[in-house]
Amino acid sequence: MARFGMVIDTLKCVGCMDCVVACQTENDVPQGHCRDWIVTETRGTFPTLTMEIRSERCNHCDNPPCVTCCPTGASHVEDFGRTVQVTADKCIGCKACLSACPYGARFVHPDGYADKCTFCLHRVKDGLDPACVSVCPTHCMHFGDLDDPKSAVSQLLASRRHHTLLPEAGTKPRVFYLD
Amino acid sequence: MLEITTTRHNPLVDPVLSVWSWEIPVYLFFGGMIAGMMVLAGLNMLRLARGERPESFYSVQTPVLGFVLLNLGMGALFLDLAHKLFVWRVYTAFEPTSPMSWGSWVLILVYPVLVASALIRLPQAWPWAGERLPVLHRLSDAILARPGLVKALAYANVLLGIGLGIYTGILLSTMVARPLWNSAILGPLFLVSGLSAAAAMVHLVSSLVPGHPAPRGFLGGAFAMLVQPLGANPPEPRTADGLVKADLGFLAVELVLIGLLFIGLFTSSASHAAAADLLLGGKYALVFWGVVIAAGIVVPLALQSLELGHRIPHTVVPALLVLAGGFALRWVMVGAGQASHMIAASGM
Repeated sequence: MARFGMVIDTLKCVGCMDCVVACQTENDVPQGHCRDWIVTETRGTFPTLTMEIRSERCNHCDNPPCVTCCPTGASHVEDFGRTVQVTADKCIGCKACLSACPYGARFVHPDGYADKCTFCLHRVKDGLDPACVSVCPTHCMHFGDLDDPKSAVSQLLASRRHHTLLPEAGTKPRVFYLD
Repeated sequence: MLEITTTRHNPLVDPVLSVWSWEIPVYLFFGGMIAGMMVLAGLNMLRLARGERPESFYSVQTPVLGFVLLNLGMGALFLDLAHKLFVWRVYTAFEPTSPMSWGSWVLILVYPVLVASALIRLPQAWPWAGERLPVLHRLSDAILARPGLVKALAYANVLLGIGLGIYTGILLSTMVARPLWNSAILGPLFLVSGLSAAAAMVHLVSSLVPGHPAPRGFLGGAFAMLVQPLGANPPEPRTADGLVKADLGFLAVELVLIGLLFIGLFTSSASHAAAADLLLGGKYALVFWGVVIAAGIVVPLALQSLELGHRIPHTVVPALLVLAGGFALRWVMVGAGQASHMIAASGM
């Protein structure tokens, strides 16, 4: 069974926000909300500064606290690709998953249910990449099966130094950032 | 230097998580207080099961008050839900890893136990209903005639009360993303705080005597039923002293548990220490030190000790302060807990 993940090359990302716009268009994300976003992290002391630009979203964790805290099973791990999804008509809008997510990846949709990145599962089922990946002008984003050693994502992770966000939370995130 | 900018701007999430407002502290406060009242009621119902007169024990009637307060708490919880029409979905699933799912099912058990316990005194406590619905008398008599049933109800009250009280803390403490909540102390702390609030509430209502004998009308009778845990008479000094003594113990344990919570936070990760700072010196410090610790625990401890030593007369002031402190504890924990977050090790 596939285990989808995403690999983002921070050396190529320029923070153009194409991925953000593509997501909002593809998924009809309500105005004033975002399923993915750009983070710019600058560290060091002038003049020896380093900067990392990241496209962030739900990490579709292997150990997702948003799923374990959900009282109705609305937040669940989908069999297809082991991704974390929300069934809107099972969600009661208790917002426990928003509190449980260390990444702040979720929001309350104006219709009342918890919403977040789906890895564009509807596109992936048709053999396409997620919208954000498909529009990236620098080709810094890669999507695929982490359990397939021949996939582009597995080969990038095998050959490049990389990190995840807040690994100390123990959520085992599946969005990786190449250093 | 570390500078982070983000384009994320989701309502209730940015810049600080604030998904839970006043509704959740109200729900947790009422939930904890009802849990405490069930434990107190259950312990006293055991005496009832041994054949002592039901009128002698204040706790026999607290289930009526608990039932009303539980509905207020559940009302606040319902108001908090963002997808209200789908609330019934909670009862189409049982999710063993979700404290909220456990709590929802525990509440399903709490309702019938509260109602059955309330029936013991309902016809006498609310004469208006007792006269019009003779079945209430028959139910009351049937329960009282079966000491085994009263005993079972007593144990159910104690066990469900402990479960409900701990649940109100565990609901928050299982979230690794919120360092302030992520402590096993929170369950026992909210349970003991609930017991303290329960003792204070029973003490408070037992000093509100609207008339002797209890009014026979619909509204006056209903009010009397809620605020006369001892029947139509004010509490005997011995009963009031018992409540004060119990509350002194609960408050002392609560203070110790708060201390242990902070020891745990400060000896844990930097995220946990930063979370503790939110209460001790941050935005929530004034309410935490002023209302939770000083007005809600230390002052009532002092006043109630003086009352027990007959240095000052019994008043409702300590009970009011304890209730204010109990609510403030939930309010600061829910607010500051949402503001607390994990700090990336790479960012230190």
